[in-house]
Amino acid sequence: MQPDLTSYLLVGAVLFVCGVVCMATKRNGIGVLMGVELVLNGANVNFVAFSKYTALGLDGQVFSLFVIVLAAAEAAVALAIALNFYNNHLTIDVDRANKLKG
Amino acid sequence: MVGETLKFWLMIAWLLPLAGFAVEIFFGFYSKNPRGSKAAAWMAVACIGIGFLCSANALRIWGNANEWCVLESHDTHGEHAEGEDGHGEEAHEHKAADENSHDEHAVSATDHDAEKTGQTAYSGEIYRLATFGSLTIAMDYYIDSLTLVMFTMVTFIATCIHLFAIGYMSDELVDDYVDHFAHTADGKHVHRPGRFYRFFAFLSLFCFAMLGLVLAGNIFQVFIFWELVGICSFLLIGFYTERKSASNAANKAFIMNRIGDFGFLIGLMVLWTFFGTFRFGDTAQDNVVTEQGLFSMVHRDAESHDFMTDADGEVLITDPSGHVLKDEAGKARTIPYFLLVIAGLGVFAGCVGKSAQFPLQTWLPDAMEGPTPVSALVHSATMVAAGVYLAGRFFPMFAHEVLLTIAYTGCITLFIAATIAVVATDIKKVLAYSTISQLGYMMLGIGVFGWAAGLFHLITHAFFKSLMFLCSGSVIHGCHHEQEMPKMGGLLKKMPITALTMLIGVFAISGFPMLFGLHFSGFHSKDAIVASALAFVIANPIHYLLFVIPLLTAGITAFYMFRLWFFTFWGAPRDQHVHDHAHESPWIMAAPLVILAVPAWLCAYGGESGFLYGMLTGDEPAHLATGVTAAGKIVLPSHHEIHQVHGDAGVLALLAAFSGALIAYILYGTTLVNVEAMKKQMSIVHGFLTNKWHFDDLYDALFMRPAHKVAAFCAWIDKTIFDTILHGLAKAMIVIANWDRMFDEKFVDGFVNLVGDATQSVGSSLKVVQTGKLRQYVMFIVLGVVALFAVVFSTFPG
Repeated sequence: MQPDLTSYLLVGAVLFVCGVVCMATKRNGIGVLMGVELVLNGANVNFVAFSKYTALGLDGQVFSLFVIVLAAAEAAVALAIALNFYNNHLTIDVDRANKLKG
Repeated sequence: MVGETLKFWLMIAWLLPLAGFAVEIFFGFYSKNPRGSKAAAWMAVACIGIGFLCSANALRIWGNANEWCVLESHDTHGEHAEGEDGHGEEAHEHKAADENSHDEHAVSATDHDAEKTGQTAYSGEIYRLATFGSLTIAMDYYIDSLTLVMFTMVTFIATCIHLFAIGYMSDELVDDYVDHFAHTADGKHVHRPGRFYRFFAFLSLFCFAMLGLVLAGNIFQVFIFWELVGICSFLLIGFYTERKSASNAANKAFIMNRIGDFGFLIGLMVLWTFFGTFRFGDTAQDNVVTEQGLFSMVHRDAESHDFMTDADGEVLITDPSGHVLKDEAGKARTIPYFLLVIAGLGVFAGCVGKSAQFPLQTWLPDAMEGPTPVSALVHSATMVAAGVYLAGRFFPMFAHEVLLTIAYTGCITLFIAATIAVVATDIKKVLAYSTISQLGYMMLGIGVFGWAAGLFHLITHAFFKSLMFLCSGSVIHGCHHEQEMPKMGGLLKKMPITALTMLIGVFAISGFPMLFGLHFSGFHSKDAIVASALAFVIANPIHYLLFVIPLLTAGITAFYMFRLWFFTFWGAPRDQHVHDHAHESPWIMAAPLVILAVPAWLCAYGGESGFLYGMLTGDEPAHLATGVTAAGKIVLPSHHEIHQVHGDAGVLALLAAFSGALIAYILYGTTLVNVEAMKKQMSIVHGFLTNKWHFDDLYDALFMRPAHKVAAFCAWIDKTIFDTILHGLAKAMIVIANWDRMFDEKFVDGFVNLVGDATQSVGSSLKVVQTGKLRQYVMFIVLGVVALFAVVFSTFPG
């Protein structure tokens, strides 16, 4: 039996909410990054699920591939920032990163 | 083409001093040692010296081109006389006394024009400056024998004066020159940088201006250079500008000349209105006249030799061949006779100012404030010569009345100036007054139809007067800037070269005859003028003063010139201090004296059958030879009539000169008469003369004081009325401005500040939102998204 669209969206929504909660609650910078990955992958699930309804049936999958590549790039940059932040503050607690406070 | 060649050489001579001026004046800025270098002086000497060579060459070319035909009519003995510039290759032995040749000469003079073969006058355009409708302003040239003689004379004398000035001005070769005659406010001497190079730059400019004036081919161009000569004399007379007297003298010379120039301008306007051109001569191409000049526009009647007139007495304007020109309506073009007279008088008014004639003569003695080389240049070859030159150049346009005015002006001038010279004690002042007097002679000569005589005297006078001025400069230099003759005396032994060259000048100006068988130049030229005057008076007995006064003045001239010489060089020293320190000048100053002494003595060699006179008369206006005998007017004598009385006039003039010199010798050369006692006895006359006939006082009372009164009145009006109005306006403006400021500050500034303040407060209240807490931002995003969804779904529930 083929699962219907709703279950895909449900998995995507759960992943998304988990990611958002992770981002909102973790003080560890790496944790926040992990939350970001969850959010992106939640979105990827939705892309893949919806791709069935497009003319070629491939558009959403190509999009999700782009998102994965971008996520990798983003992770590389973010990890570099985290590393530098650690070098300067000896911690990766994002609450300590409040230099831009107005 | 002879005209082109002449133009080429004369333009070089003319423009070189200008180039020299430009280099010399900038030399001072770019040289390492401008104050101590004589380079500028040698530059100036080179420019004018080359100019002299070019002029002499042009003279030679001109003579060769027409085979010296101008000399032939005078040349009854088949010989050429020595050139006035001393390059006398064609000079031969002079055999006969002048008197013997007079009769033969007079006969040949009448058909003088018929004999003339080659073309002798050349005119044309150098450069067109502007064209306004039918008015053309151009740099033209007009070259005839008078131009060439003037060029050669001016450049030669200027060269000598430049050389002399190198020695005379050498104390300016310092960075710190102390002017002992100028004082600062606290009574100290003025210290200033030396101005050696500047002096020579001005001299060069002066020469350029004068040569341009002589070369000028139209009357407007003459006016341009006329003014340029004026400004140069202003600069040089006021050379010691720190001295109050010098700057005053410079102003006086300039302003007096302005008065004459005003008349000049009126003359120019009349000429242009009626003739439509400023040119002197016709411009011809292939013997076809392309542009007609002034001189050919008035034609002279064949019988009376007066201007051709129509039935109403208006002067007809003709083409070169004598046919009356018609205007567009077919009527003959004419100029009212009185306007022709006014034009002539106007141009002569300019000459009066420039040549220091009565009543504008007072500037010239004051001009002695300039350095002595300047005095020599101004009073011989350049400035004052310009006036006489123009009177001679413009002669064909002068009507009877103008000529009579010229004659009387000259007559009055020569007498007044000579009498003042008798009592002057400043050595330069005596020479200055003698210059005025001699200029009066020249004007008189021109006025009584002795055109050639007047210009003859101009040339000879230029040589001996520049010589005497340089001698006086040498004396002043040798006596350490002492100019008062009563402090001199007995300088003959101290400065023999100066004394002897000066003596030659004195002989020449007094009109003395021969020494070693050679007549002095002044003898010939003054004789010629006196003879012209005598012939004129014989023809018009009512004007007898025109002969009597010059004759009397010839005696006075000899008297004051010998007085000067005896005073300075003869007898016992009057001031031992001055005498002890006196010394002969260095060679650079003495050499020009010796060089100049030669032409001063011999330039008129041969008299009226000599080279110089022949050159001058070569292009004389044609009606001179025949005289003018118009009905009801003054009779102007012909050459023949003048020559008939030449002998008598010469004897009379000689007697006058000898008696003058004799009296001078008795009074000042011997101790027979007590001069001081005489002075006391005639104190009224003496005072009158030392005060210069009260001319300065008269002008002071007539013009200066009224002008001061008017000025004071105007100043009062300005201060009490106009100033009050202006101050009131200013105060009102201040009040308005204050209101304006208040509006600006309160309203405009207030609004702008309000906007700024509001922006700032909004910004600062929003800045608290930026907490910098990452997790909080995520919460905001989530809440925002939820809120957005809530809004979207509640708005579009389908």
